[in-house]
Amino acid sequence: MNRFTLPAAVFALLVIVLAIGIKHSPDKGVIASPLIGKPAPQFSLPSLTDASRTVSSTSLRGRWYLLNVWGSWCGTCREEHGMLLEVRQSGVVPVIGLDWKDDDAQALSWLTQLGNPYEVVAVDHDGRTAIDWGVYAAPESFLVNPQGIVVYKCMGELTRQVWEKEILSRLPKQQTAKS
Amino acid sequence: MTRSCAAGSLRRPFSSAAVLLGLLALGGIALLAPQRAAWGVDPTQMPTPELQARYSGLTHELRCVQCQNEAIADSPAGIASDLRREVHDMLLAGKSDDDVRDFMLARYGDFVLFRPRFALKTAWLWLAPGGVAAHRRVRIVAHRARAHRAGAC
Repeated sequence: MNRFTLPAAVFALLVIVLAIGIKHSPDKGVIASPLIGKPAPQFSLPSLTDASRTVSSTSLRGRWYLLNVWGSWCGTCREEHGMLLEVRQSGVVPVIGLDWKDDDAQALSWLTQLGNPYEVVAVDHDGRTAIDWGVYAAPESFLVNPQGIVVYKCMGELTRQVWEKEILSRLPKQQTAKS
Repeated sequence: MTRSCAAGSLRRPFSSAAVLLGLLALGGIALLAPQRAAWGVDPTQMPTPELQARYSGLTHELRCVQCQNEAIADSPAGIASDLRREVHDMLLAGKSDDDVRDFMLARYGDFVLFRPRFALKTAWLWLAPGGVAAHRRVRIVAHRARAHRAGAC
C-alpha cells in the first residue's frame, strides 16, 4: 500500500461527508421535522372569524387536512396565497389556517383583500401551539391524515411544484379525484 | 538613519504603570461585555440564583431554530424569545433540565441542541475521535516495535 493511499482515502471520505453536509445544510432553511409519522399536536384555539367558536385538533380527526401556518406580517405568505386559493378551489383537501402571532384585525383585512383559502382559521396569539408543531418561520404547511398523523411538512412557500409532487402524491386516489 | 535591533536600543514608549492600567481597563471591559450582551437580549430574572443558573445554562445550550448559529439566550428573534418563555415557565413549574431538553427535541429535533445527545443516529459523532486516536496509537506502537527490532534506535 502506497503511503499516500490512506490519507487520500480519508480526504475523499471527508469530501463526501462535507458534501452531504453542505447539501443538507440547515442554511437552506430546512430543519427536518421530528413530527413526521407522529400524531399531530393537540390544540384548541379560538376561530378568527367567530371568536365564540373553537377550532380543535379533535374536531379535525377523521379526514385529511392541510394546516397552513401564516401571519399578515409574513411576506412569503402573500406569495403563496394564490396557490392556497387554488387548493381551496380544487376541493381536494381542506386548508386549516393557523394565524401565528398576528393582529386579528389585520388578519381579517388580509383575508378580505386577498380572498380566504381557509375552511377555518385558528388564532395562536401567544405562539404556543406553533411551538408544539415545531414551527420556526412562516409559512409552514403540514399534511395530516384521517388518523391524525402528520405525513408531510412543507417548510416555506407552498408552490405548485410542492403541491403536485409532495402533497397530491401522498393523498389517496379517491381524494384527488375530486379535482 | 539605520535601524538597529541591538538589545540596548530597545525603546520603551510606555511605563509599566501605564501598561498595567491599560490591562486592567481591558480586563474590566472583557468582564462587562458578555453581561451587557445578555442584558440586551434577555432581561429574564428567575426568583432564585439556582433557577437563574439553570435557566441561563439551558438557554445557552439551545439553538435558535430560526437564526441557527445563535443560542436562544443571545437571539433577538421572536421565536427565540418564545422558546425562552417556555424554558422559564417549565423551570418555574418544577420541570427538570432534561424535561426541557426533551420538550425541545420532540418539537425541533436534534438540531436544537448545541451539544448533541448520545443516540444511535449521533453515535459516530461521539465515537469517531476516540476511534481515530486509538488507530493512531496502534500505528505508533507498531512502528516503534518495528524500528526497535530493526535496531534503529
